[in-house]
Amino acid sequence: MFKFFEPNKIFVITSRAQKYVLFLFIVVLSIGLMEALIISPEDYKQSHAVRIMYVHVPAAWIALGIFSCLALLSIVSFIFKNKNLSLISKSLAPSGFVFNVIALVTGAIWGKPTWGTWWAWDARITSMLILALFYLMYLLAWRIYEDEEKVIKITSMIAILGAINIPIIKFSVDWWNSLHQSASINVFSNTSIHASMLIPLGIMTAAFTLFSILIFLMKYNTELIKLKTKGLNRL
Amino acid sequence: MINELISMNGYGSYVWSAFTFTLISFASLYCVTKLQLAKEQSRFASKFGTLNVDKARVARSQNINKEILLNTSNI
Repeated sequence: MFKFFEPNKIFVITSRAQKYVLFLFIVVLSIGLMEALIISPEDYKQSHAVRIMYVHVPAAWIALGIFSCLALLSIVSFIFKNKNLSLISKSLAPSGFVFNVIALVTGAIWGKPTWGTWWAWDARITSMLILALFYLMYLLAWRIYEDEEKVIKITSMIAILGAINIPIIKFSVDWWNSLHQSASINVFSNTSIHASMLIPLGIMTAAFTLFSILIFLMKYNTELIKLKTKGLNRL
Repeated sequence: MINELISMNGYGSYVWSAFTFTLISFASLYCVTKLQLAKEQSRFASKFGTLNVDKARVARSQNINKEILLNTSNI
């Protein structure tokens, strides 16, 4: 199965796909921004402040999704000793970190008009801050350690340990008293959010996903070229 | 209409600052990543230029190296 993901085979795809993903991202983002800022209705309680949801929620979802991928890839690469999976994890992390920061900052901006404060040591916000620290440790470890074996072990440990925080973030609103409301969107049961707000949220999530794919493709190619430059030295 | 879009019932400063921060973050991450990619491509190309004819032929036999050089010429 891993042969399918061999760098030599997928480099052509990852380098050519970039321009198509960029084009698609710009189109979907433009539609999403139009929907989020102009077409979607204001909330009866929060008025126009609800529009911050269209950047805050997708950013938080993707930050969580990417970290879950990092943990999963780390476990698999730990078991099968596959370096390419570590390279994929390394390429995913920067966009995950940026999405986490976006979720924290836009959350603070949303908190001021709705809760009357920029920041609270609420369970959801604090666990998201902890996730950002795990992302930071993961990225710093790749910069600090030069020994390849060592850095793969350390970053895998960080990702696996950080994954404990994922269910805490997800269920924090149910386990503790929180300023955050319970989940409005449920995959397995009824969603309490109206279609007029759900559609822009879906489009913005698609745009953010495309952006993380674009950054991943660019970063993955950068890492592969680094490896190939080292390979030239060995010829 | 435009004034309403900007002020958003007094919430405009919050909404616009959240969207602006997001878009600036996207642009910054894209530029930094693009710059790193271009730097690595040109480093690869200059290294490739120092190889002798035989080594260059061996390196060129790998599809991935050909693709990197092809992309470097497009920068």
